[in-house]
Amino acid sequence: MIDVVDYSAGNGPSVIAALEHLGLPCRLVGKDYELAASERIILPGVGSAATTLESLRDEGLVDALNRRVGDEGVPFLGICIGMQILFDHSEEDAGCPCLGWLPGRVLQFAASKRRVPQIGWNEMKPTGEHLLTRGLPEVGHYYFVNSYYVDPEDPSIALGVTNYGIDFCSFLVSGNIAATQFHAEKSGPLGLRILENFAVFEGR
Amino acid sequence: MLTKRLIACLDVVEGNITKAVQFQDNIHVAPAREATAALYRKGIDEIIFYDITASNERRPIDIETVRAVASNVFVPFTVGGGIRNVEDMRMALKAGAEKVSIDSMAVRRPEIIEQGSRAFGRQCIVLSMQVKRVEKSQSIPSGFEIAIDGARVFTGLDALEWARRGAGLGAGELCVNSIDCDGGCEGYDIELLQKICDVVSVPVIASGGAGSIDHVAEVFQQTDVSAGIVSSMLYSPRLPRNFPVSEIKAELLARGIPMRPHLEA
Repeated sequence: MIDVVDYSAGNGPSVIAALEHLGLPCRLVGKDYELAASERIILPGVGSAATTLESLRDEGLVDALNRRVGDEGVPFLGICIGMQILFDHSEEDAGCPCLGWLPGRVLQFAASKRRVPQIGWNEMKPTGEHLLTRGLPEVGHYYFVNSYYVDPEDPSIALGVTNYGIDFCSFLVSGNIAATQFHAEKSGPLGLRILENFAVFEGR
Repeated sequence: MLTKRLIACLDVVEGNITKAVQFQDNIHVAPAREATAALYRKGIDEIIFYDITASNERRPIDIETVRAVASNVFVPFTVGGGIRNVEDMRMALKAGAEKVSIDSMAVRRPEIIEQGSRAFGRQCIVLSMQVKRVEKSQSIPSGFEIAIDGARVFTGLDALEWARRGAGLGAGELCVNSIDCDGGCEGYDIELLQKICDVVSVPVIASGGAGSIDHVAEVFQQTDVSAGIVSSMLYSPRLPRNFPVSEIKAELLARGIPMRPHLEA
């Protein structure tokens, strides 16, 4: 069973639609006690870092996520803003402290170089062999919507890299924590493949 | 490299796609649910869906059809029509849309752009603009005026000024539809589109006028738009032939335009 975190600023239903299409058992969870039994957790996201964190806090989900994913090692996939808030700090919303599960910062694209937000299909190149990148081509296109990108302190956690004026980490795994900057649930057959891979990811 | 997007835009009435010319003479084409699922399988990059009678009928967007489409389409999906406030936006997003498009309501109440952008992030808010060529004047110095309510009501707003203002208020993308070219299948309004691209830094979507692959190639080669809307080309019974998504993409790629290659879903 994959639990998709449902909070007011999230797009949980889109992720559920994709998982159901794949025939993977899943449900939306919006209460901290529901996370107590989670086998796998996806944290989807749209919107800003501060709004997302505020929404998760208001709904009492931050402590439960810290405990289940941080302490107990439940396999986890963060998507888009659900990736960014895993780091220490984001430049968004005039500076926003985040969950701090992964060391590093979230930085803004320079608007002088490119149109910001980046919206559209960009390439992601997997940087190595991993269960989560199984079945993906050497270069594939995935759907991105972001004005900010993650800059991990440990570059070895990157599973995939994308260029938008600069190279940035668009897919990562660190222990039980995986994350994509692109919307896997909206990236056509390749994105669906990543969700399928996550369904068998044990996080070790 | 970020590719150019090929977007299918569908006008929906009671769950069915219709096709109009300059906002009139709608003809029924196909059920939205089946048609969008087929477009997804054929490799379309994105789908925009307008509930074109919602505003007039003063009702919220057809949420059942939004949900039905979203459950079969795993590429981005934007909905518009009948979005009056942040709650309507939330409902559309919860039904599986990625973005909401606002048009006439944004002109009436520009603060809705700001509110939506604050609640969901600017990437969720597409400002849709209906633009008509008019004589240049003091109030319309660019010669491009914004119309609303199905292009029936002229607003006295200059399109370039409105684009700048909309982006400033928090729109994440601008979808620029030329009323003059709409449904005409004789090409996009290249001049208008480049002028808009020049005044904003957010992505611009070209709409209105695509009737051939040449037209789509032209808009990507001659302007900085990020995406092009095709609709007649895909399914209008008024054209001598329709074009499969895969053919459009293959031809654009062959001409050196960066596109997401076709993958059969």
